[in-house]
Amino acid sequence: MNHMTMNHAEQGEAMNHSKMNHATMNHAEQSGAMDHNEMSMQGGDAPENARDPNAYSDGYTLNAMPFYKDESHNLYSLLVDRLESVTTTGNAAMTYDLQAWAGQTYNRALIRAEGEMQNGLSENARTELLWAHAITPYWDSHLGVRYDSGSGRGRCWLAFGVQGLAPYWLYTEATFYVNEQGRTAFRVELEYDVLITQRLILQPRVEANFYSKNDPAHNLGNGLSNVEAGLRLRYEFCREFAPYVGVEWASTVGNTANYAKANSNTVDETRFVAGIHFWF
Amino acid sequence: MKSVTKQPTLPLLSRRQCLKGLAVLSLSPWIKPVYAKPAEILSGSTFHLTIAETRVNFTGTPRLATTVNGSLPAPTLRWREGDTVTIHVTNQLNETSSIHWHGLILPYQMDGAHGVSFAGIAPNTTFTYRFKVQQSGTYWYHSHSGMQEQTGLYGAIIIEPLKGETIVAERDYVIVLSDWTDEDPMAVLDKLKKQSDYYNFNQLTVLDFVHDIKQDGLKSAVDKREMWNEMLMNMTDLSDISAYTYCYLLNGNTPETNWTALFNKGERIRLRFINAASQSFFDVRIPNLKMTVVQADGQNIEPVSVDEFRLGAAETYDVIVTPEDDAYTIFAQSMDRTGYARGTLATRTGLTAAVPALDKAEPLSMLDMMGDMAHGVAAHHAKTEYGASVDMRVDMPRTNLDDAGVGLRNNGRRVLTYADLHTIGGSLDPRPATRDIELHLTGNMERYSWSFDGVEFDDSSPIHFRYGERLRVILVNDTMMTHPIHLHGMWSELETPDGKFQVRKHTFNVQPAQRISFLVTADALGYWAWHCHLFYHMHVGMFRTVVVS
Repeated sequence: MNHMTMNHAEQGEAMNHSKMNHATMNHAEQSGAMDHNEMSMQGGDAPENARDPNAYSDGYTLNAMPFYKDESHNLYSLLVDRLESVTTTGNAAMTYDLQAWAGQTYNRALIRAEGEMQNGLSENARTELLWAHAITPYWDSHLGVRYDSGSGRGRCWLAFGVQGLAPYWLYTEATFYVNEQGRTAFRVELEYDVLITQRLILQPRVEANFYSKNDPAHNLGNGLSNVEAGLRLRYEFCREFAPYVGVEWASTVGNTANYAKANSNTVDETRFVAGIHFWF
Repeated sequence: MKSVTKQPTLPLLSRRQCLKGLAVLSLSPWIKPVYAKPAEILSGSTFHLTIAETRVNFTGTPRLATTVNGSLPAPTLRWREGDTVTIHVTNQLNETSSIHWHGLILPYQMDGAHGVSFAGIAPNTTFTYRFKVQQSGTYWYHSHSGMQEQTGLYGAIIIEPLKGETIVAERDYVIVLSDWTDEDPMAVLDKLKKQSDYYNFNQLTVLDFVHDIKQDGLKSAVDKREMWNEMLMNMTDLSDISAYTYCYLLNGNTPETNWTALFNKGERIRLRFINAASQSFFDVRIPNLKMTVVQADGQNIEPVSVDEFRLGAAETYDVIVTPEDDAYTIFAQSMDRTGYARGTLATRTGLTAAVPALDKAEPLSMLDMMGDMAHGVAAHHAKTEYGASVDMRVDMPRTNLDDAGVGLRNNGRRVLTYADLHTIGGSLDPRPATRDIELHLTGNMERYSWSFDGVEFDDSSPIHFRYGERLRVILVNDTMMTHPIHLHGMWSELETPDGKFQVRKHTFNVQPAQRISFLVTADALGYWAWHCHLFYHMHVGMFRTVVVS
């Protein structure tokens, strides 16, 4: 018996048996008691004596099979998470947030783009080209480049990060960026779907950006630069198409806020959004 | 809703004329299109089967199905044990096709597993299957190519025993259950890959949470969800594909068109249930009528009387019923309780009986996630189960066979379990196993990846059975779904938890967090398929090649 299963078995023994035995009838009570075991049920490192999945092949390989053909094919997807009109006092703009990918289950080429349009002009746009690679059951690693355009001069970054689901189905994007001047940046985005009904879904969403150095050319200060926190209510007419309305609070922070003040721009604002979420 | 059985068909034409006619018809807008017809019964030892596309209409929208001789289901083939059958299969599709004889013991070249045991039947060619029928009972056949099984290519096989039928019945009906979607099956798979809960409209909502708080208190409501949420497991994930897209069929009939079989009161009726569905489990019952199960996967068993049984994809059960009333409903609800297939047993046409309401969907329990921490048997995981392809491992799977499964526990009805199945005559090979092969059923629902040992088929190695050996296969289900596992070419003899012979079958449902073991005699040389019979699981990689040499 390997070490992990032994520990596991011991824990099982250590647990209250009467609880275990009526687990199926009253599993609610029991779940708390099992916290210690959860970690070993997903991911982790294989123990030394884990089985070799090829142990039963006796040297046969799939490619040596007479009729075998690899019929795997690429998938393609475009997910427009948000395409919305943003209304603030005396101002209107459009925001988009999309992901397009091509590939298979564990490796995909991914384009991730987010930006604002005002009066038909791109104000602020972040476009990333990434290689997404599955590293754990729920997380992909990302490696690639980011290009910023809009206000100020265009700018390139190297990007590396993760995207996936944290416990409780918390959708997470977390990415570090480095540019050729040695500046670093960090961006995090969290989304959570609250099912009110099977089709009516409330989605809290938070995004924050951090920078290592002041960047007056782009009006970005060091440290936490800006935060957006929104609440969107969408209705999924079908899985692929859902219009929504929402409200979002956006604020610049620290030196970024100081730059904003110096340029007579708003430091924080409440926005009303209405848009569509769709994919195919 | 239009009936597939009532659509105009060309009367009294031979198959060949009919098919020639089809080509003309499709070019002739002034003639009504030909729709798929009900399955004919073909018997003898030489058969001509033609695979082609034929129009069907189950939902109000005409679609093309993959049919054999223009029917859906495909014709019922009646063979005699001991005969050598010759089956000429002509493929009129524009893609490669195949027919696999499910559960039949035959040379591998005749098994029809496209890509494993032969290259398939190319468009506009004929492949001739010829083999000796060495068994009797109820079996079925289906395509093993592309998406053709989902689009209609499945039919029944009835083999009469050489020594005469020991199961006595005045009437004998085949009941082929299946699932139909108007969608392109590739589009269905595409959606599942992009959003694996696409078809699940039975998820827990805030309203359910409020309800649970009211009923059991806040702590209990939170606790109930805690572990599932922490592990990103969905306790309502009972079926990947639901009635949102599926229309469930009984002998090619929708519940509305109500396939009906006739009887006279007091007669013994043999019903041969076959689950030819791609991705659906059916829980079958005939309200107010006890069913005596007499055969499982073509093998006679000690008769057992039940109210209900779960039929996994590719499983078959033969039951005897002796109705005393005028009409009964054959009710086969999908495991996720989103829909049902329905037929009627009646003393005359036009009679119907009440159709029961669908049961409430029962969420998965901790048993389905954890196994049996106190009494389970330690699983030996593969090192490839610790990566991105596997979202759950069960260290102490449960081994009991007397669980009917989620949705059927404590429903007040006598439900068949594997512990009830005892093959008459016992094992075919009394030798003990000389070695064990442990294989884990694995998946990642979020990525819609399904595999054995965390390795999808294209990255796997074949499994070698040494010719003549008797071996034990241990299957551990490290997922939260039930998987019907089918080994081609050789019987699987299920063991009880304490190692005694239980039942001989060709397909076994392995429940979530369950460990089963069965013995196999590797007496069939060649290349064989071994896979989950849930079609989309097989497609994405829950599949292995077995080499017997």
